[in-house]
Amino acid sequence: MDILANLALGFSVALTPYTLMLAVIGCFLGTIIGALPGLGPSNGVAILIPITFTLGLDATQALVLMTAVYYGAMYGGRISSILLNIPGDEPALMTTLDGYPMAKAGRAGDALVLSGVASFVGALLATIGLMLLAPMLARVAYLFGPSEYFALYLLAFCTLGGMASNNQAKAALASCIGLGIAMIGVDNNSGLPRLTGGNLHLMDGIDFLVAIVGLFAIAEVFFFIESHGKGSSIGVKLEKVRIPWKDIRETTPTMLRSSGVGFIAGILPGAGASLGSFLTYMVEKSIAGPKGGFGTGVAKGVAAPEAGNNAAAGGALVPMLTLGVPGSGTTAVLLALLMTLNITPGPTLFTDRPEVVWGLIASLLIANFVLLLMNVPMVKIFVKILMVPAWVLLPGVTMISFVGIYSLSGSYFDLLLMIGFGGLGYILRKLDIPTVPVILGILLGGNMENALRRAMVLSDGDMTYLFSSPISIGLWVAAIAGFIAPMFLRGVLRKPQAVTD
Amino acid sequence: MASDRIFGLVALFVALAYIASATQIQTSFLADPVGPRAFPILVGAVAALSALAMIVRPDPDPAWPTGRTWISLVVAVLVLVGYAYTLKPLGFIVPTAIAAGVLSYQLSPRPVAAAVTGVALSVGLFVLFRYALGLGLIPLPKGLF
Repeated sequence: MDILANLALGFSVALTPYTLMLAVIGCFLGTIIGALPGLGPSNGVAILIPITFTLGLDATQALVLMTAVYYGAMYGGRISSILLNIPGDEPALMTTLDGYPMAKAGRAGDALVLSGVASFVGALLATIGLMLLAPMLARVAYLFGPSEYFALYLLAFCTLGGMASNNQAKAALASCIGLGIAMIGVDNNSGLPRLTGGNLHLMDGIDFLVAIVGLFAIAEVFFFIESHGKGSSIGVKLEKVRIPWKDIRETTPTMLRSSGVGFIAGILPGAGASLGSFLTYMVEKSIAGPKGGFGTGVAKGVAAPEAGNNAAAGGALVPMLTLGVPGSGTTAVLLALLMTLNITPGPTLFTDRPEVVWGLIASLLIANFVLLLMNVPMVKIFVKILMVPAWVLLPGVTMISFVGIYSLSGSYFDLLLMIGFGGLGYILRKLDIPTVPVILGILLGGNMENALRRAMVLSDGDMTYLFSSPISIGLWVAAIAGFIAPMFLRGVLRKPQAVTD
Repeated sequence: MASDRIFGLVALFVALAYIASATQIQTSFLADPVGPRAFPILVGAVAALSALAMIVRPDPDPAWPTGRTWISLVVAVLVLVGYAYTLKPLGFIVPTAIAAGVLSYQLSPRPVAAAVTGVALSVGLFVLFRYALGLGLIPLPKGLF
């Protein structure tokens, strides 16, 4: 009973008062971050990383705080989807399809409670899945050599690019931008500077936190300025919140199915929570058939995507922890956190630092219950926070980003780079070029190159070594399929647009 | 159409320049079979191909902001750049109040509300960072008092 012993270790770490407090704070902050439109889990976590770092938390504590924020943001995303018809984050888009019509029909409270419960079911099951599956996958990961890792990184870029964008060329270009940026700085193997253009500030390379905060948070500010902060007033009324037992009972099978589908979607490298909520909604819609009334405000249409995206959030942690390959944009940001804390994710993490992994899993279990409490009885508090106008919120977010990045290095150069990345992020998003592959490229570029070079050292320059094992051949095939298949499926899997009034 | 083509062209030039500078990377005598040049060149080549694909098959244009919004965006960038340069010499409070105030004004053009937001955010965040989170921020320029 390894798992029980490990869990006991985990809870002994997670149940210390300080860690517990961090988990609760993380849940609270996360729910706010998720609920506020324009401040999704990726940029919320990104902004908080430098600040966590300067607080001097140890690895486990920092990880507990940030994953609590991550889970919290996944819960919180539904609040603005339902009340404002604006998804608080990308995965919550599907929740607007039935959540907002339900709220307009005077059942805002029911929708919020139901989606809160669905989030809980999805996240809890996914955390249990993570607990069971991650150690197994970690054992498989021992079989991975440099050529397998190289293929795995390629797979992550291909599937992420294939899923995240409507244009493969744009996704590939985005990955290349990230990989290209990752090359800047001193080369690990030869110790000589590369592509710095003689600039001393660039010798250390570009800090991925600077890029992440710029691409996500600062770019968001530019978008808000463009839209003049419109569209953040609550259009529906929220009366007394009661627990709709009947809806919960009726949607239980939906929640369970969606948790399974979402979890699997989350595990796929690069697919992530958006795909999870999308797939679950589509699955439930086709099970219910045309009589199901999906899109008109039915309970199942709220429960399915919420269970799905929270389950995917848990699933996305599996490849991140065991292989070091994130399954979504936010887990990419969490990977950045691990790298900042000098923790190398991968199979050795489970044997060398069990207290980190199991402490994290135990705190995720605790965080789920805390989040259920916050998101069902206390949901009104978060609804109040939605009233904060954009012209206070966005300057605040900007200033926090600046202080965070400034506290990392104390140099104006990083701040300028961050603004530059903000501008780049704005243009990329305008042109429908996904920004997550850029982040992934910056994060994984160094590792990917090292894997390739180590593989070539092992094989003495023989390229066929890259395809020499069944695992790597499988990964190459999956990578190519993941990149090409969406081109043909695009007609079938068109993302539905949010309902408009 | 045009947006994608322009961006693709820019990206193509950047990619070619990137490849060109990657060929200039110094190699050490202890080189591995791949060396420090191959991967950047590979990345640059894929980027150039993708950029070409964008030029050949562009997507429809996005809705770009119009005149006044552009000015707002440029002002926002300039304010942020100014903020980046002044944060260290002038201390936290004054530059933050100005930058936050201007940004707030860009989002909702009401001078009084924006000024109040700027000052309140600046002081509030300073208290939060300095006393609750313990970051070593300098409130005001040294030697003022």
